[in-house]
Amino acid sequence: MCKAGDYLAQGTAWCPGCGNFSILEALTEALAELKLSYHEVIMCSGIGQAAKMPHYVRLNGFNGLHGRALPPAVGARVANTSLKVIVESGDGDTYGEGGNHFIHNIRRNPDIAHFVHNNQVYGLTKGQASPTSEEGMKTGVQTAGVILPPFNPLTVALTMGAGFVARCFSGDKDHLKETMIAAITFPGYALIDILQPCVTFNKLNTYAWYKQRVYKPEDHNPSDWQAALTLSRQWGDKIPLGIIYNVPHPTFESHFPVLQGPPLATRPFNPANTSHLQNEFL
Amino acid sequence: MNILIGGAAGQGMDTIAYLLGKALVREGYGVLTAKDYMSRVRGGHNFTKLRVESKTPFAPAEEIDILIALNEETYEIHRESVVTAGRIIFDSDMFALPEVEKRGVPVPLQTLAKEAGGKIMSNTVAVGAALSLMNTSTLQADELLREMFDEKTAAQNSAALAAGLKNVERDSCFSMPPATNTGKHLFLAGNEALGLSALASGCNFLSAYPMTPATGIMAYMAGKQDQLDIVVEQAEDEISAINMVLGASYAGARVMTCTSGGGFSLMVEGLSLAGMTETPVVIIIGMRPGPATGLPTRTEQGDLDFALHAGHGEFPRAILCATVLEDAFYRLNKAFDLAEKYQIPVLFLSDQNFGDTARSIEPYDFTNLRYNRHLVNVENLERPYLRYRYSRDGISPRALPGQFPGETVLSDSDEHDENGNIIENAVTRKNMMDKRLQKMVPLADEMDEPIIYGHDSGNILLLGWGSTYGALREAVDILQDEGLKVTLLQFTDIWPLPVAAVNKLLPQAKVSFCVENNATGQFAGLLRRETGLSTDHKVLKYDGRPFLAKEIIREVKKHV
Repeated sequence: MCKAGDYLAQGTAWCPGCGNFSILEALTEALAELKLSYHEVIMCSGIGQAAKMPHYVRLNGFNGLHGRALPPAVGARVANTSLKVIVESGDGDTYGEGGNHFIHNIRRNPDIAHFVHNNQVYGLTKGQASPTSEEGMKTGVQTAGVILPPFNPLTVALTMGAGFVARCFSGDKDHLKETMIAAITFPGYALIDILQPCVTFNKLNTYAWYKQRVYKPEDHNPSDWQAALTLSRQWGDKIPLGIIYNVPHPTFESHFPVLQGPPLATRPFNPANTSHLQNEFL
Repeated sequence: MNILIGGAAGQGMDTIAYLLGKALVREGYGVLTAKDYMSRVRGGHNFTKLRVESKTPFAPAEEIDILIALNEETYEIHRESVVTAGRIIFDSDMFALPEVEKRGVPVPLQTLAKEAGGKIMSNTVAVGAALSLMNTSTLQADELLREMFDEKTAAQNSAALAAGLKNVERDSCFSMPPATNTGKHLFLAGNEALGLSALASGCNFLSAYPMTPATGIMAYMAGKQDQLDIVVEQAEDEISAINMVLGASYAGARVMTCTSGGGFSLMVEGLSLAGMTETPVVIIIGMRPGPATGLPTRTEQGDLDFALHAGHGEFPRAILCATVLEDAFYRLNKAFDLAEKYQIPVLFLSDQNFGDTARSIEPYDFTNLRYNRHLVNVENLERPYLRYRYSRDGISPRALPGQFPGETVLSDSDEHDENGNIIENAVTRKNMMDKRLQKMVPLADEMDEPIIYGHDSGNILLLGWGSTYGALREAVDILQDEGLKVTLLQFTDIWPLPVAAVNKLLPQAKVSFCVENNATGQFAGLLRRETGLSTDHKVLKYDGRPFLAKEIIREVKKHV
């Protein structure tokens, strides 16, 4: 059986102190606890610092295009339902460039765990505003400060009908690991928006900034959608963590009778057995 | 015998063409139907041309023997194309023809339909009338109605058919050519043939976004999900469609997407991703006139250059195209095989003219289809498994995620090493580029030389590619009947360009023409780049309509 460290592949290109390190650790610990072997998981990612994750773990990986982490993940599920599919991407990747896929895959509800590393800034391109940046944050491009209100991924996910919506903080690794396990085992699309500091480019939302604000609501009922919606809107002095909504509904895969058997990828096929298809044209 | 069925969108011209066409196919005739329609759901002017011969024609004709006018506008637009001895079936419940018009065959379509059971069966009445004019029985049409509808509806339609038949004076009938097709024939449109080929090639995942004129492929395949191991998913946009099929291909599905030029524009970054990650994918581009939205329901061969050059960076690809139903079914199967054998994107060019034209053809031989996934197996697996392992021909061993316990498969859009890990060093970059581009060498050997039709080496040489085959073939027949020696080279495989036949025949020809449904002669440009050869003349048509044989003949005769 694999230990958490066995999933590590090679050295990373992240800055020292980056929140990504504890996300990586939490992930490998979650995989070890779930007793998933290397070949049983596909990790899909887009482009960005978070999206380099497939290179740092020993798993199947499809490191695709910026903004396009979700569509290949859906395709991978169609091809092989026996494999777990995890998507790792950042806030710009998911909520900006990939916004359309984010919305429509919540509707689609494929059995995918989606871990969004949300540091509220663009790291790879060196510090521009992301869709989740705070209003007023000054950057090399948003020189007078960000003028758009931030995108709220949890509220969007809830209103689009997501079955599993959670928020974690990279500074609370054990909580993150437990939530990841819940997301990976959740049947359907499971979103964890993971708050993480960017030590290089985000001087506003620092480790200390998050640490002072995050808390775990004690008597929240994650099957209460209205309560979840209210919680999803809370931001500022207090930022709630945890699974804010958890009610499964039928997955994308479950709607296709053809996906209920062995993986599509390995089913035998012989063209000659399809010749009856032309009979309707006779 | 040429029939034109015209009316407003929504009046059911398709139903008439299908019923009439298929009944005639079963009578042993060779039939072709071609659609001309506007980008609207109701109103406007749409028509379908139906050509009936002893043997299956390859292209529609211009003159009309029977015009079925479901509205007055159809009469106004087409009356001059109806031959002097022609007949015009019109709905006398709706309008009257001018007194000077002697070709009219009034049929109260709606009255007769209502008597048979409902106004909706007006189209069936029209089919009965047309069959009567062609001196053909309604036996086959009756049989078709029974296959299409439940007992009650079929009986009502059958009554409508009989009413149409009776309404027409038998002495005004045409003498038909003999029906000489023997054995059962298929009657299907290009888009159906492509969908059929994809299914028979083992495609088990199609993701696409609806776009005319490629939607028919998607719709046909979606209808087979309850019978076959295939998932069809309508994506939120074409970007998602291409990325979805690439993820599925990576994980082991045999995949395709289909679109038109505008949708393909959105897919282009994904095409480049397929090139970099060496992920097999077949993309059908059903071409229509651009730029931008262009003429959504019309035809053009305007995206060849785009298909050749789409995608940033340099990577191998293959381009094949649909010429004629008899070939395209096997050609698309080849596309699937090449995509997986060489781990490349294969672009398959079709267009509205091919996709919407139906013809009667002999049944396909499914035992001629290739099916090989070209995957590494446990006997030849080298450990550790490296997705992008260097090899002499540039083709790395392809394994699927989960195929071998303990082994992982990593694909990366960044430049990568043999394992798929992101790299930046110059040596690996160059090696990987060389590895990918090396695949073009064996790929070139897979390309078929163009179809040769007409004279073996005539002094008049016509070059074409794709769906112009029908009109070109007919032009060759007519010119050869006039005593000219004409050779047609019709390209089915376009990239890498097979050059042996053209290198031999073009320099020998006294006069040569490159015939294309575009404004700039894109294939002529490709030919010149690859061979240094140019045809003497270009025959170009870019009004959104397919070529007619006589248009090609007119251009040829200017120079002969």
